[in-house]
Amino acid sequence: MVRATGLHKHFGALHVLRGVSLTVARGEVVAILGPSGSGKSTLLRCLNHLETVQRGSIEIAGQKLASADATGASSYPSDSEVRRICQHTGMVFQHFNLFPHLTVLGNLIEAPMTVRKQSRADVVPLAEALLAKVGLADKRDAWPARLSGGQKQRVAIARALAMQPDILLFDEPTSALDPELTGEVLRTMRQLAEERMTMLVVTHEMAFAREVANRVVFMDQGQIVEEQPARDFFTQPRHERARAFLAHML
Amino acid sequence: MDYLLRILPPLLDGAGVTLGLFFITLALSLPLGLALALARLSRFAALRHAVSGFIWLMRGTPLMLQLLFVYYALPFVPVIGVRLPDYPAAVVAFTLNYAAYFAEILRAGIQSIDRGQYEGAKALGMSYAQTMRRIVLPQVWRNTLPPLANETITLVKDTSLIYVLALNDLLRAARGIVQRDFSITPFIVAAAFYLLMTLVLTWVFQRLERQQNAHVA
Repeated sequence: MVRATGLHKHFGALHVLRGVSLTVARGEVVAILGPSGSGKSTLLRCLNHLETVQRGSIEIAGQKLASADATGASSYPSDSEVRRICQHTGMVFQHFNLFPHLTVLGNLIEAPMTVRKQSRADVVPLAEALLAKVGLADKRDAWPARLSGGQKQRVAIARALAMQPDILLFDEPTSALDPELTGEVLRTMRQLAEERMTMLVVTHEMAFAREVANRVVFMDQGQIVEEQPARDFFTQPRHERARAFLAHML
Repeated sequence: MDYLLRILPPLLDGAGVTLGLFFITLALSLPLGLALALARLSRFAALRHAVSGFIWLMRGTPLMLQLLFVYYALPFVPVIGVRLPDYPAAVVAFTLNYAAYFAEILRAGIQSIDRGQYEGAKALGMSYAQTMRRIVLPQVWRNTLPPLANETITLVKDTSLIYVLALNDLLRAARGIVQRDFSITPFIVAAAFYLLMTLVLTWVFQRLERQQNAHVA
């Protein structure tokens, strides 16, 4: 579903991704862990073109988002082609990024209508079903400003799902939430995982990574230092930096 | 009372000229201001600088000077060199001037929109144009309504500057009668007209703001 090879990314003098390769299969839930500044969010954002890479190639659902030439330098197709390929991905942000001028339903149906040119009559039933699924059917006509953080994030998940992506990218989805509100978001994510949604999750929720993820990718200083089935990562981390990280987090 | 009824028709004619200029200027300068704001934020440096220069010029010189320039001096400018009749000249000067002010208000409004809004829209597959039209500009409109209202009310009163082009707007009509009849009543009637227009505008903008703010109340 995702195949990233040899990604390099610089922010000016800062080398944030130093040769990252990652493959995610359909139906897999992969947790990306690591200390802050390790490049995990950047990696995620490169996969849906919120950031571009300088070197390496990215394949989403079998289509080339970034191609590497003989020297490894990356090139991207046209903007419209990039948009088309990235429609296979959906993203859930740390700060939700709901559209405050639209109701909850408006947030869900906006992109299907403007991007996919679906008719309102076609999208509304799907949107309502998604709201029911995340437990917010009664908030259909509410304004985002009236929702709690946990509700906002569940709306954001439903909004991403309304575009029917093949893979969902989560960028620290519970980091901006009060501790008592993370549970409802994690429950929704767990439910998606049970439905075999392909998910790539940057998170600090160790319990979620251990119980829900199939695989853990541990990043440090712009590189993937360890990649293991979730169970093994938590019981027998191989790399010293992963052990130090776990000791700190658990 | 008789006197009032007698001076009312010419004053109403004047108010018609004032209102006409007001609405035409508003209808032209708002879209032009939006285009300038977007150009001011363009990734093409030459365009950005050109628009900045234009805004500097328009905000840095008196509107009265601009009116006189468009009417009297434009015919002598090489290349452009058009002679505009008085009313179109006024429309051009007012539109360019107000577009510059609206552009700055809208630019600030666009820049105040959180980057997360663009990212959220992009992650949903929306293009730049779709993001602007559907996500950014509706929020800009809501956020900039108060300063836009302010500028619009200023425009009502600025229209009186067209007396320098000898156009018979409300104020000029009033002045004519004052000088003819040695009575200040026409000035008071004119003031009442301006206040009435401002009152109506204030009310319209309040309604718009309430309607736009329904979701944050």
